[in-house]
Amino acid sequence: MEHLKPDEATRTEADGESMFFNVPLAPDIPIYATTAAYKKDPNPNKLHLGVGVYRTEEGNSHMPNVVRQVEKTLANDPYADKEYLPITGIPEFNRLSAEIIFGSDSPAIKESRVTTVQCVAGSGALSLGAKFLAKYNHQHVVYLPEPTYGNHFNLLSGSGLALKTYRYYDPKTRGLDFQGLLEDLDSASVGSVVVFHACGHNPTGVDPTCQQWEQIRQLVRLRRLFPFFDCAYQGLVSGSLDADGQSIRMFVRDGGECIVAQSYSKIMGLYGERVGSLSIVCKTADTARRVESQLKLIIRPLYSNPPIHGAAIVTGILKDRNLYKEWTAELKAMSDRLVKVRHQLYNALCERGTPGDWNHIIRQVGMYSFTGLNEEQVGFLTKEYHIYMSSDGRINLGGLSSNAVPYLADAIHAAVTRIN
Amino acid sequence: MASVFASIVQAPEDPILGVTVAYNKDSSPIKLNLGVGAYRTEEGKPLVLNVVRKAEQLLVNDLSRVKEYLPILGLAEFNKLSAKLILGDDSPAIQENRVATAQCLSGTGSLRVGAEFLAKHYHERTIYIPLPTWGNHPKVFTMAGLSVKTYRYYDPTTRGLDFQGLLEDLGAAPAGAIVLLHACAHNPTGVDPTVEQWEQIRQLMRSKGLLPFFDSAYQGFASGSLDTDAQPVRMFVADGGECFIAQSYAKNMGLYGERVGALSIVCKAADVASRVESQLKLVIRPMYSNPPIHGASIAATILKNSDMYNEWKVELKAMADRIISMRKQLFDALTAKGTPGDWSHIIKQIGMFTFTGLNSDQVAFMTKEYHIYMTSDGRISMAGLSSSTVPHLADAIHAAVTRSC
Repeated sequence: MEHLKPDEATRTEADGESMFFNVPLAPDIPIYATTAAYKKDPNPNKLHLGVGVYRTEEGNSHMPNVVRQVEKTLANDPYADKEYLPITGIPEFNRLSAEIIFGSDSPAIKESRVTTVQCVAGSGALSLGAKFLAKYNHQHVVYLPEPTYGNHFNLLSGSGLALKTYRYYDPKTRGLDFQGLLEDLDSASVGSVVVFHACGHNPTGVDPTCQQWEQIRQLVRLRRLFPFFDCAYQGLVSGSLDADGQSIRMFVRDGGECIVAQSYSKIMGLYGERVGSLSIVCKTADTARRVESQLKLIIRPLYSNPPIHGAAIVTGILKDRNLYKEWTAELKAMSDRLVKVRHQLYNALCERGTPGDWNHIIRQVGMYSFTGLNEEQVGFLTKEYHIYMSSDGRINLGGLSSNAVPYLADAIHAAVTRIN
Repeated sequence: MASVFASIVQAPEDPILGVTVAYNKDSSPIKLNLGVGAYRTEEGKPLVLNVVRKAEQLLVNDLSRVKEYLPILGLAEFNKLSAKLILGDDSPAIQENRVATAQCLSGTGSLRVGAEFLAKHYHERTIYIPLPTWGNHPKVFTMAGLSVKTYRYYDPTTRGLDFQGLLEDLGAAPAGAIVLLHACAHNPTGVDPTVEQWEQIRQLMRSKGLLPFFDSAYQGFASGSLDTDAQPVRMFVADGGECFIAQSYAKNMGLYGERVGALSIVCKAADVASRVESQLKLVIRPMYSNPPIHGASIAATILKNSDMYNEWKVELKAMADRIISMRKQLFDALTAKGTPGDWSHIIKQIGMFTFTGLNSDQVAFMTKEYHIYMTSDGRISMAGLSSSTVPHLADAIHAAVTRSC
């Protein structure tokens, strides 16, 4: 088959402008800009407490042992192939993921009232869930807690839902504005979707207590609001998958419906493999079946079917009793380290007599702490101490090692005493 | 209290993927799946390329590798190598930094991201797709916010290209309209324009300012040569103009379920390309934040290592050759049986699929009586055939065609 050489091709096109000449340069995404700045910084004491990635004590990226083990097994399996998964992903993965979230004894699972589909991590699950709700829920309004994970706005509004917020964080107490939360949800229209962080609220680390969750549940059911759980830290907060799953399970026990976006990014260190799931708990098995068929219609023109590798790793771990135990032990160790470093930081600030009440650092849970530092103080921390974090004062404790705690405490002390 | 979703209806199965669902349900020992375009060996088994296994071993045994988030646009090395693969190592567009590339979720994901970008930033909202085209194309574009029109492509009387119709329809398209072009091995027909026809298409499109959006899912699979199969795309880039390219590694690297692909946008100027690239991030982030690392790492490992790259080319050619051999065998079998009709299109058509010309009744007959699964438009995946199953298929086609007489 002969072909024309490039210089033989005629330039039929006029020397016109690009068809995209007026596409504007997009602004930097803050969290990425922070990471880029950190990477450029040559200072040896620099700390990256920005993006939510769990690091070891030594400050290294963390790949759980069980993940490495299963990955090797998969690569050495002569029968493993790379055929397209079904649109909804690996069936076993979906089944096991539902059990992780809802508990293997969950009546909703037993009654086949849950449809679970493999997604492109938590982000993919959130946007898929949002697209589904935009298509089938009567109300196209979604309430987000104030504040919330930075990408929630994009993931949910990009899928066609209108956004509102409900009061959540109280800067005065650095805890939950429970009254405000109840008032705002109470005034939401029937059928509105409400996003709840299942545990380990991002960015504040402030979670409702069990009793508060129960009150929230009652209000949600009374006002017929639709709960949408973002579950990205199950097991990392208390060290127990079951304990961290309680908020969701409360809502399922009452027989009502909800949606759960699950991520394995942090809890299994699978970040870049993009592993997650979307579960929709329905009133009946027949509804769940129909809902699943409609989810497929949304997924197919998006990316056809999800990636094998990460989900195959998760499946390999969850279905093997020993690997599962090993994983939950590693999860507990990660969770313990987060708690330990919280206490270390709190103690260090107390020792220095740093002005203010720093109790919230040990009251808050999960990977993040909303320090209470303002933007100016954060800027000071970056400029003078080469500490990178979100401008809202959030630090990722997963990125803090014990031996960096004194340095961070010094920095916070300096920031607080010099800038008010 | 009733379910919030009480009124949701059961959606129909996807026409293409539904074929495999039905096939799997069939308990007959002699069933044949010629539905989905996935390569099978002579033994009828899925194939993981040796070079892919090698690459995977390297990755998995490298203890320094971690699974941290990729950038929004994916693995940079993968993107550079992918652009080179489709555009050529010496492409001036690459040298002049005029190409913005984003790693996406295989071909589907690349098409969707490209369509979402166009719906957001391009002044024309209509895309022209060939008639027929891959079953999933229309939804990918309409869900992204584009409206879909068709241009004549397949001529059922010749079982070849309706070139006049194509030129007329594209000639009548409004200036600036987007045009979907299958880079090679048209799916579902296997009918590709000749080089001369491609040149005419290019001239027409450039003169009318139509924007080409290439779907490149079979580079290397059609002729067995990566460069040959990329010629239509490279023609359009050589003239200095702009285009979109959705690239898939599903078939040519056998990476199907790992979802490996890339969207490249070739722009007039480097400045435009960098602005376009920045905006691609804003399209991708609200969908799934960043793409999966594994498959793209495998592809990059192969593409950047010259020994592995050469190994890949050999395995790719072997797959393409086996398909060409299946075409010949099926044609010979039907000729030997004296099956009524002209079956030369089976050997004239290119790539993974053959548009048999069978109608939906005949297809249904073949499924019911011979347990042969294919899409109702008469498309068969040659990759699903083997020397031992060709006779069964030939029998079925013969029976289907003669029973209608």
